[in-house]
Amino acid sequence: MSRIAGRFQALAEQGRKALVTYVVAGDPTPEVTAELLHTLVANGADILELGVPFSDPMSEGPTIQLGHERALDSGMRLRGVLELVRQFRETDKDTPLLLMGYANPVEYMGYAAFADAASEAGVDALLTVDVPPEEVDQVNAQLKRVGMDNIFLIAPTTPDPRLPLIAGQASGFIYYVSLKGVTGAGHLDVDDVRRQVERIRAHTTLPVAVGFGIKDADSAEAVAKVADGVVVGSALVQRVADVLAQGESSEAAITAAGALVQEIRAGIDRTTS
Amino acid sequence: MTSEINPEQYASVPDAQGRFGDYGGKFVAETLMSALAELEALYRRLADDAEFQREFDEDMAHYVGRPSPLYEARRWSDQTGGARIFLKREDLNHTGAHKVNNTVGQALLAKHMGKKRVIAETGAGQHGVASATIAARLGLECHVFMGEEDVRRQALNVYRMKLLGAEVIPVTSGSRTLKDAMNEAMRDWVTNVDDTFYIIGTVAGPHPYPMLVRDFQCVIGREARAQSLAQTGKLPDALVACVGGGSNAIGLFHPFLPDESVAMYGVEAGGHGVETGQHAAPLTAGIPGVLHGNRTYLMQDEDGQIIHTHSVSAGLDYPGVGPEHSWLKDIGRVNYVAANDDEALAAFHKLTRIEGIMPALETAHALAYAEKLAAQMTPDQQIIVNLSGRGDKDILTVAEIDGIEL
Repeated sequence: MSRIAGRFQALAEQGRKALVTYVVAGDPTPEVTAELLHTLVANGADILELGVPFSDPMSEGPTIQLGHERALDSGMRLRGVLELVRQFRETDKDTPLLLMGYANPVEYMGYAAFADAASEAGVDALLTVDVPPEEVDQVNAQLKRVGMDNIFLIAPTTPDPRLPLIAGQASGFIYYVSLKGVTGAGHLDVDDVRRQVERIRAHTTLPVAVGFGIKDADSAEAVAKVADGVVVGSALVQRVADVLAQGESSEAAITAAGALVQEIRAGIDRTTS
Repeated sequence: MTSEINPEQYASVPDAQGRFGDYGGKFVAETLMSALAELEALYRRLADDAEFQREFDEDMAHYVGRPSPLYEARRWSDQTGGARIFLKREDLNHTGAHKVNNTVGQALLAKHMGKKRVIAETGAGQHGVASATIAARLGLECHVFMGEEDVRRQALNVYRMKLLGAEVIPVTSGSRTLKDAMNEAMRDWVTNVDDTFYIIGTVAGPHPYPMLVRDFQCVIGREARAQSLAQTGKLPDALVACVGGGSNAIGLFHPFLPDESVAMYGVEAGGHGVETGQHAAPLTAGIPGVLHGNRTYLMQDEDGQIIHTHSVSAGLDYPGVGPEHSWLKDIGRVNYVAANDDEALAAFHKLTRIEGIMPALETAHALAYAEKLAAQMTPDQQIIVNLSGRGDKDILTVAEIDGIEL
């Protein structure tokens, strides 16, 4: 069983929901990310999602775009991201970790070379925003070869006939994008999320995590009631950026991120059955 | 390699997945997949619909002013001393460039889909102006995304768009040019996909855009082919067009692809020189990858990051290229070459002074290469250059380069 499947199963047995946290690797420096990952876990993150910086992050809102720009300025590239994961795995062998990014850096490295390097570094899964199931055959073949999961997005605009197509290619969990839009946008409609998660569950037994628009303990609690996991990204990236923009130290920023995760964890755990 | 291609194959691309060989496809976020499928289904239905074609043809004739002339540039040909050079005068279209052929077509699609709002990305501003124009005529709300750097160097077009009622949104991310405008337009589309039609300005982007933009632009090549036969009794020996995203080039080339005797040259922006790395010539010096919804040749570094491009012309300042061009390069049907900033500027001045036709700086790249090509050919041979746009919008840029304050 993959680390991701194992984590969802263990949480389900405890009647708990998963907290997935997203940060951009290298934002604002590789050193901060290296420490931040452990802090996220210590404060209640179940699954780590690490953004791979890209020059053209087309699906990101302003908050995460700036994160990508800061990370690129710090010199972070796909190879550096894998090195960060390798370091992380020296002391944490249990927390599932997935990479989220865009097709081109992976395509340039080569799918086979990426799969080998990523699995060796300790990456559990890949989520490529701009690779829908229609384009995924080559990359999926390589991920399967090394036992990595491939995480797919499902959107409010995904029509029913596409659900089996996506479910058939996905493993680990399904990431439901709760809004039409870019990351960090808009307001959450929890009733709609509930209906959508039910719609997805009719086609898959994989856990369903929900992201986009979750900012705090209350929104996390609301989503955790209807899904298997909650993804927090922009709020976290913003918190770190805000503290640093005030001239505070990176330790202070990491502590602030940890506090936000703790708060969101508490919100999610109010749903523990 | 050309001999392996059956001429009928040119009409059969893209395939059902939107691929031209290994290129093209639909590399977008899941949120957009159903909108693309809807657009494709509508387009496939309307492309064969006589009434839709009649609407398009009528607009081409009475709104755009087609057919555009095929003009023989005799003085320029004489001075060059080689082949006869003909100019396909897309600069005489309403709004001053070939872009309007596509925006009229896509706006008709938007109308059939009942969309009330259109968005567009623009580099030089020609596509933005053409989008704002058709939006004004159809009463659609229009938002145009334009890199901040391009807003500065194409101030006249920015004001034209505003006069036409469009809102121009300066894009401040990344290199602040065309690629970043396209990123921002994609972000808008993903957010407002229910009521918004995205008018992509070139033969790039996710399927079905490279196909439908090509089809709308093919009016250029169909006319040029018929005009060449009518005016000279034969087909041209060579075609030359500039390539940024590649819509004017594909529009001219595509109807001639099965004509094996016709050589084709796509001219990319060589910037300060391809050898300097400061250019916008992905087919000449790039590597295939995935950007803006399709797999194609890209300017990228050894980590798969898209690198900054440079060209004196905003409309060619783009790190990718339409996927059909990537395929035509690989199979050897079209030759892709580059002209530098300096060569383009010289050609801009030359055509203006010799023929009284002021070309866009984008177009001037094609002219610069055509002159070299013509000199190596004989007077019984003929070249058609796509004069894709007029140069009024570039006057301030040229004056600045020449050190003249207006």
